[in-house]
Amino acid sequence: MPSYLISRLFMAAWVIFGVTSLVFFLIHWVPGDPVEVMLGESASAVDREALRQALGLTQPILQQWGSFLTGVFTLDLGTSLFYQQPVMELLNGHYLATLELAVAAFAIAVVIAIPLGVIAAARQGTAWDFGAMGFSLLGVSIPNFWLGPLLVMVFSLGLGWFPVSGREGAGAVVLPAITLGTSLAAILSRMVRSSLLEVLGEDFIRTARAKGLSARQVLIRHGLRNAWLPILTLLGMQVGALLGGAVITEIIFNWPGIGSLLIESIQKRDYPVVQACVLVISLAYVMINLITDLLYAWVDPRIRLEHT
Amino acid sequence: MIRPVWPVVVLLLWALVALTASWLPLQPDRIALEAILHGPALQYWLGADDLGRPVFDRVLVGARTSFLVAGWVVSLSVTAGTLLGSMAAYLGGVWDRALVMIIDIFMAFPGILLAIALAGLLGPGIENLIFALTLVGWVGYARLARAQVLSVKRREHVVAAQALGTGTARIVMRHLVPLISAPLVVEATFGVAAVVIAESGLSFLGLGVQPPEASWGSMIRDGVRYMLVAPHLVLVPGGALFLVVLSVNLLGDRLRDHLDVRSIRRTMEQGTGK
Repeated sequence: MPSYLISRLFMAAWVIFGVTSLVFFLIHWVPGDPVEVMLGESASAVDREALRQALGLTQPILQQWGSFLTGVFTLDLGTSLFYQQPVMELLNGHYLATLELAVAAFAIAVVIAIPLGVIAAARQGTAWDFGAMGFSLLGVSIPNFWLGPLLVMVFSLGLGWFPVSGREGAGAVVLPAITLGTSLAAILSRMVRSSLLEVLGEDFIRTARAKGLSARQVLIRHGLRNAWLPILTLLGMQVGALLGGAVITEIIFNWPGIGSLLIESIQKRDYPVVQACVLVISLAYVMINLITDLLYAWVDPRIRLEHT
Repeated sequence: MIRPVWPVVVLLLWALVALTASWLPLQPDRIALEAILHGPALQYWLGADDLGRPVFDRVLVGARTSFLVAGWVVSLSVTAGTLLGSMAAYLGGVWDRALVMIIDIFMAFPGILLAIALAGLLGPGIENLIFALTLVGWVGYARLARAQVLSVKRREHVVAAQALGTGTARIVMRHLVPLISAPLVVEATFGVAAVVIAESGLSFLGLGVQPPEASWGSMIRDGVRYMLVAPHLVLVPGGALFLVVLSVNLLGDRLRDHLDVRSIRRTMEQGTGK
């Protein structure tokens, strides 16, 4: 286990370094002068130069890169060009909102997908199976920026059950979470089905049946438990799509999270904030994948022993 | 298994409209004040939008936008990804390690997030959109091609070609790429669906094609404001988008079953050590 842990941590560190640098260079390489955007075209050359100095934009690019990396590791992401406020402070207000949305969406996806996948696998080839997989196909194919407005039309404007947008009140998270969670639910139910089907073909399942266990026990205790492993890894990867989708979902529902902040700062050309938002979401993704991999190794001894 | 024909019909229609839209007598930008937010009616088949422009014409132009972007992004990504992935796997050593490192970093981003940031910073426009989505898109194909080549590069016909002194480029193009094309075709099919959604998504965020040019995504965004009085502004472009994506996904499933890619996939996952 220790050697696996070390190699995996090492890789995560490398990826974080790479992600950080990639974000930095992309933003600096993109055409468009932030100073021009901030001051407008009428500003005098002296003012521009002064601001450029203040932002550290006159330093060589490698030096800027160095100070950006140091900043990331000391949790100092600079100052917002627009709000004149430390970026960390800005993020603080927003990441909890994104976290709330992502966790709610994840919970909805799991609650829908697992029973659906299990039913589809247990009754393979029946109407149940077709129904579940039909739902899955629709779920993958419906873009969240269409599903969101449709839900609003029916449940907010039509029935008045939930607010149209914002984060006020207890019910506010429901529609955004369904919007974001649907595609994950669709993919997850497929994964549960195929993983479970594979396990159900194994010899130990036949043994379990032969020794007279009930269908439910065979399915849950022997089937699902063993089907978990591949699902877990894929789930970690899918969380990335969930975080990406959160950006669009937040815009649809005016949800005050990192995604809204990202789009807003893109429009305002607030580079430090754009940089920070991309970084925070990517870091979250890297961490989730790291945790999934470690969990996987912990659950399945074969993984960690491969590396010793 | 039921094999409906309609997905193929939908996709053929999509392609046909996209390729002929420039010659059709469409007036997607014609503003008619008397028609503002008009519901579907005889003169306005699918209604009119907030500027009185015909939604039907705009949906057809939107079809062209999505087809164009999907076509470019998928062909560029598949070409770049396949070449890089199979070359790296075939050459091995430093090349392979370098590619894996790059792939690892790109895979650490939620793809759409990188595309949003890139498209946003590059500024709106269809070329920037294609560029941003390709930069994000090639990685998946590179990863797949690499894993596939790793699993077939020791085959006898490759060794024979090497023994005959065949050049690297020729071995990769003639002896390896054709062998690994089935899973790549399936991946590219699902890739079309992903790019169509991504294009509309970016346009929905205002980062894609610019007004007055029509995209299904920007039509949905503009329509959301009038959901109460003119729901067709959201329903029609979204319905078109959904139909195309659903058809592509159905086709992808069918291709996957037909080419039996599942078992190949499994060897691929072993190949990458996942």
